[in-house]
Amino acid sequence: MGAQLRVYRQKIKSAQTTKKITRAMELISASRIAKAQQRVVASTPYARAVTRAVSAVATYSNVDHPLTTEPTRIDRAAIVVFTSDRGLAGAFSSNVLKETDQLTALLQSQGKEVVYYLVGRKSVSFFGFRRRASVRSWTGGTDLPQFDTAKEIADAILEAFKTDYKDGGVDEIHVVYNRFVSMISQVPEVVRLLPLEVVEGEQKPSADEVFPLYEFEPDVTKVLDALLPVYIESRLFNAMLQSAASEHAARQKAMKSATDNAEKLILNYTRLSNSARQAEITQQISEIVGGADALSSAGKED
Amino acid sequence: MSANTLQVNLVAADQAVWSGAAKMVVAKTVEGEIGLLPGHEPLLAILGDGEVRITLPEGEVIKASAAEGFLSVEHNVVTVVARHAAIL
Repeated sequence: MGAQLRVYRQKIKSAQTTKKITRAMELISASRIAKAQQRVVASTPYARAVTRAVSAVATYSNVDHPLTTEPTRIDRAAIVVFTSDRGLAGAFSSNVLKETDQLTALLQSQGKEVVYYLVGRKSVSFFGFRRRASVRSWTGGTDLPQFDTAKEIADAILEAFKTDYKDGGVDEIHVVYNRFVSMISQVPEVVRLLPLEVVEGEQKPSADEVFPLYEFEPDVTKVLDALLPVYIESRLFNAMLQSAASEHAARQKAMKSATDNAEKLILNYTRLSNSARQAEITQQISEIVGGADALSSAGKED
Repeated sequence: MSANTLQVNLVAADQAVWSGAAKMVVAKTVEGEIGLLPGHEPLLAILGDGEVRITLPEGEVIKASAAEGFLSVEHNVVTVVARHAAIL
């Protein structure tokens, strides 16, 4: 076998192995999207109930709660970044990180200091590589988010929010995550979580609906105290679920095109190796014919 | 919605646990146990850890655990929202 032919065969082999891997990953992601989507749907009743209750309290009470009041001066803002743990998902994580950088630039131009809370190994390594500091990070389990993680994140950011600026606290909290629009479209989304603007959000009750006059137990302030952290948890959990569904969809898409590319490579290399083989055979024939010719003409001269 | 039954939704953080009609709901708030009958005034209460008992129109009682959440009542719709909730 000629050297060139051997090189082509090697390349075909390697493209075939890659194709097997990417195909497998594509199928795995495809099967997980459905589950991730179901979890988004399953958590909707909770999110809706919480949003409704918070809106109701906010509409009917004139309580000034620290979580809803706009601070007079915002000196430090926190960004919670939701990326994936693993790569090979196309632009999934880099989209979010790009959006984060834009938000950072915007906040800094307003004279705010920016600190980060990272979710997912990808964002941690992105920040680590650039030697950028982060306050806290959570890794592992981004493809199957647990509510306890959302609670942990909520506790951490609420703690920071309640702390004074001078003691290292923050005055504003943003979240950046991939929102799952459809199987082929996931949009990076930036939402300001705190101070709260309860009216925003997808599950807001229709405008013409009038909330009844609620009786509160034990009292309005206590109810609001208990409700707002729950609301934030549910928003964070929703962001995590959306991000997980998006991750699977992005990975499926990326792996599908990788499989297609591998197929194209295999086809091209097969053609090249065929023509290399043919060229080799042609050369061998002409060598034999040439050799025989030389022998017979040499015999005549004797 | 008929006037003498309650529409009950029991919701946990990651899923809807139970929903259906009932004639009475007993739940535990931070202030103590509260019984809800059809026609109850709108209410928002913080749940204490404990049991929620839902009496179905046929008289059967469903028990559920609900912790860390709240309870809302309006127009005969009772929503029990808890971080952790399960049918016992």
